[in-house]
Amino acid sequence: MKKRQCLTAQACPLARGGEDALIRVWDLNFAYGAVPVLEAVNLEIGAGEFLGIVGPNAGGKSTLLKLILGLLEPQSGRIRVLGHPPAAASRLIGYVPQYPSFPRDFPITVEQAVLLARIGGIQGPLPTKGQRADQSRGTANRDPLPGWFAGLRPGGYSGADRAAARQALAEVEAEDLARRRIGSLSGGQLQRVLLARALAGEPRILILDEPTANIDQRLEGDIFDLLRRLNQRLTILVVSHDIGFISSYVGRVACVNRTLICHRTDAIDGQIIRDLYGESVRMVAHRH
Amino acid sequence: MDMTEFLTALATQGFLQSALAAGLLASIGCGLIGPYVVVKRIAFIAGGIAHSVLGGMGVALYFGQPPLAGALGASVVAALLIGWVRLRWRADEDTLIGALWAIGMAVGLLFIAKTPGYQTDLMSYLFGNILLVPAESLWFMAALDAVLLLLVLAWHRQFLAVAFDEEFARLRGIPVTFFYLLLLVMVAVTVVLLIQVVGLILVLALLTLPAAIAGHYVHSLGLMMLLATALGGTVNLAGLALSYGPDLPAGPTIILVAGALYVASALLAGYLARRRAQRAAGEGGNAKR
Repeated sequence: MKKRQCLTAQACPLARGGEDALIRVWDLNFAYGAVPVLEAVNLEIGAGEFLGIVGPNAGGKSTLLKLILGLLEPQSGRIRVLGHPPAAASRLIGYVPQYPSFPRDFPITVEQAVLLARIGGIQGPLPTKGQRADQSRGTANRDPLPGWFAGLRPGGYSGADRAAARQALAEVEAEDLARRRIGSLSGGQLQRVLLARALAGEPRILILDEPTANIDQRLEGDIFDLLRRLNQRLTILVVSHDIGFISSYVGRVACVNRTLICHRTDAIDGQIIRDLYGESVRMVAHRH
Repeated sequence: MDMTEFLTALATQGFLQSALAAGLLASIGCGLIGPYVVVKRIAFIAGGIAHSVLGGMGVALYFGQPPLAGALGASVVAALLIGWVRLRWRADEDTLIGALWAIGMAVGLLFIAKTPGYQTDLMSYLFGNILLVPAESLWFMAALDAVLLLLVLAWHRQFLAVAFDEEFARLRGIPVTFFYLLLLVMVAVTVVLLIQVVGLILVLALLTLPAAIAGHYVHSLGLMMLLATALGGTVNLAGLALSYGPDLPAGPTIILVAGALYVASALLAGYLARRRAQRAAGEGGNAKR
């Protein structure tokens, strides 16, 4: 079978040199058993970016996210999230998985599910600008982490936890679902609740894996409008198979198919999409 | 069989009072832990732990130690082994549990066969003997219940997080491995609690059925625990009462009561769900007209 490649291999650095990158990936290689999934991936994601990750099925998009989240360990290469190794920094990231990783009939309310994001503790206060400038090269973006023992704290939730959960639900316009059982939600409602759960952890970065794959197109626009609002305070990575749709929302598109290359959104045309998917894809023209 | 005869006997016979106390103590354990087993779908793991316990009991008997201590040791080792394999090599989980299940029983049977004078106890380990629970076992059961209750009260949020969504719990900095293994150890402790009452073969039913019945009607883990504890107590009492008159073995009677209640409840829950759906569809139809 012909190996589909994204144009030519090239790194994906930030224009301004990467010193303020929130997420940095160097020479990353990953294989499941003997099957190589990602090769020589380089990526820098700056504060406040809205990055789309596209590519064919099984091209390695979800795997890249799991590596950044610290759920998988790369065979070689390095990842830093806000200056920390991924597993240590996962609490600074809000993650919305492609498929809910829980049984739908689990006896839990929406509010309880969202509150679970608060157990492991919330990151400490961000360093001020002055402190940040004093720090040496390479640790400039090192954010304080919650202590490892936070996840062991016994007892119940604080008032602040409950307020944060309520606010997260309000932010995705799902307060009225708080008392509902998670199994009684529609696909679109569940997606909002998963987003609220990610927000309740007060993340710096939001990572979403195909957030609109299981909902209808009208709601797809609603979700992305919501993400555009959240992008005013959060850095966002979103995986999508629908490059035509997300290019009107995101600032940069990273194409992942074994390796990774970047495109500025305004450079995306039919030729890039054909190269990426290896066949002609129907594309609807739209104005930016 | 008449109830007054049982109640009179209960008021006067020490062994019946002990039996009832054992049943109630066991139902606290199965009420607390059963809901986790049901919602986390680890009944097979619980079954593996329960059956491997016979190995520990056999070894303890052979060396002249209290069998319950051997049961506790074996169940904790089995729980940690299964948990560790599941977290490391997910694919081989089923095979390992099956192997542990059979090997544990084989080890136990060999040691019991070579222990003079203990063969007659085998049936009570396998199927329980609630009428012969000694007083020190009641204290032992009460202590295990207290430990389970303290752990659940202290870390109910973490157990919920791990039961609901392990991946998300890990991302939020909850030590998932620790809490998952602790949960399996708590299942092991509960198995030992229940062995007194129904024996290790029938343990699984008391661990899962009251919680599953509760799950038909309530939709939070906390309420499931309360309802499952109450149901477990009721089932134990009813089984004891039903078995007393005709002199039936108490363990299997208790299990059959739980099983009958579960089947009835599943049918009722299914009927209620269908009626709700019909009503909802009816309302939709009216709205359109």
